[in-house]
Amino acid sequence: MATPSKSGFKWHIVVFLAPAVIVYTAVMIYPLFATLRLSFYSEVEQERIWVGLQNFATLFGDAIWSEQFWNALGNNAWFFLIHMLVQNPIGIALAAILSSPKLRFSAFYRSAIFIPTILSFVIVGFAWKLILSPIWGIAPDMLDAIGLKFLYQPWLGKEEYALTTLSLVSVWQFVGIPMMLIYAALLSIPDEILEAGECDGITGLSAFFKIKLPLILPSIGIISVLTFVANFNAFDLIYAAQGALAGPDFSTDILGTFMYRTFFGFQLQLGDPHMGSTIASAMFGIILIGVCIYLFGIQRRLRNYQF
Amino acid sequence: MSSTRRTSGTTIAAHAILITYTLIALFPVFVILINSFKSRKAIFREPLALPNAETFSMIGYETVFNQGDFFQYFQNSMIVTVVSLTLILLFGAMAAFALAEYRFKGNTLMGLYLALGIMIPIRIGTVAILEMMVSTGLVNTLTALILVYTAQGLPLAVFILSEFMKGVSDDLKNAGRIDGLSEYKIFFRLVLPLVRPAMATVAVFNMIPIWNDLWFPLILAPAEEVKTLTLGSQVFIGQFVTDWNAVLSALSMAILPVMILYVIFSRQLIRGITSGAVK
Repeated sequence: MATPSKSGFKWHIVVFLAPAVIVYTAVMIYPLFATLRLSFYSEVEQERIWVGLQNFATLFGDAIWSEQFWNALGNNAWFFLIHMLVQNPIGIALAAILSSPKLRFSAFYRSAIFIPTILSFVIVGFAWKLILSPIWGIAPDMLDAIGLKFLYQPWLGKEEYALTTLSLVSVWQFVGIPMMLIYAALLSIPDEILEAGECDGITGLSAFFKIKLPLILPSIGIISVLTFVANFNAFDLIYAAQGALAGPDFSTDILGTFMYRTFFGFQLQLGDPHMGSTIASAMFGIILIGVCIYLFGIQRRLRNYQF
Repeated sequence: MSSTRRTSGTTIAAHAILITYTLIALFPVFVILINSFKSRKAIFREPLALPNAETFSMIGYETVFNQGDFFQYFQNSMIVTVVSLTLILLFGAMAAFALAEYRFKGNTLMGLYLALGIMIPIRIGTVAILEMMVSTGLVNTLTALILVYTAQGLPLAVFILSEFMKGVSDDLKNAGRIDGLSEYKIFFRLVLPLVRPAMATVAVFNMIPIWNDLWFPLILAPAEEVKTLTLGSQVFIGQFVTDWNAVLSALSMAILPVMILYVIFSRQLIRGITSGAVK
């Protein structure tokens, strides 16, 4: 530690902290609260006036608004559920296989499986749109080759499939992240523990479920909360693949696209920063609830398992 | 090391699963790349065939080069990413040093304040960020994007770097102080070179999300001369949606720079993740 110089105020601490604190406060924290504040205002005759909770009353009470909001929230919940049920288990399974000792080419597999994660949503959205397109015919032809052509549907164009398809595309893109984090967690398990298990005859799959899985639960918790925040804040993939209208007929609308449309306007609807802020506040509330459930509910219980 | 003797059956199964998943991960990228070099007819007739002398065509790339200003977009993305990363690393390291090195009132509180942003996405504040950028005249400038990305990257950077800076030996710093170095010189000359690996990790973590972001370029800087590559390709593809050659070529050109960056930095990225820097 520094030997404190007794010569008065330590300016260098201020100099070191100032740039980060100023940028962070001005561009992140202040706008966050300003946006929350804006949700209590509305514009009447080109003047910004305080309306209290009226915007929230509109969002949750007005038939047109609340229908859109619950639709977006419901879709978002489904989007999140698919990530939790498909992305994270696949990620964990891949990590478990990769971490097995003496596996050859594991660095190659790791790097290759991570590639989709580094691509932008624009590339991913369009690439899959083209591949699944009935015009190009890659997807139907491939299904035809294995005799399953009857399964083919223009998945992105049908209301009942579009959201699930896009969720799976997003899973395809991000499976690398849980894979890497779980892989790191598995490597950090001390060999003695595994060897002790081996002496008791616990190997292979049962070693995974009985020894490793309980030990990596904290990492699974972190991945879950990261997935939650990222999903309830998602926008880019839906926008790149389906546009701001989140078609067909709003079946892929999630909170991010709903907020974008409301705030920026589209076609006939004018942009409304106040209702946009109201939706942003609702998103903030949802994310806060999720993070709090994790911090106070899940993380504490999981700590018990750590060494 | 575990001394389990793995039966060859398990090993083969492991490889089969990994190869299958690798193919799933790479297939779309592969299809886009090979078809971008084919003529329109060949794209539709045999989408999975490699381009050969007969089907080879650069028509898509010609359209892209004639119609879109991809060089400009690339340059904008480059400027935004490099400047944001520099500021994140410089400001982040300075703040991390202050938090790790000095005991002062409010140290813990300041650390918590800066850590808030790790969990809360900056997009929530978009409405007010746009109003602020409008009132300061920064809309449609690269500066607006740089400021937003710097603010977005700082919390995690400070968190990771301060963990590393706590590990730098006190003897070294105190020796510097005895030699009469100022606190600034101690930071820049002694500490900064020692945490270079951690800085590389932070840089790689931030690089990809900044390069790929669509939300802020769309809202803060949609004008032609400040479009980033991600937004530029989105708009270009939207306009040329029926010209498959052009769309496939534009996608390939958007993939290329990220792939090059990935090949250069993948070791650093993977080492960063697996060393537990994000725990």
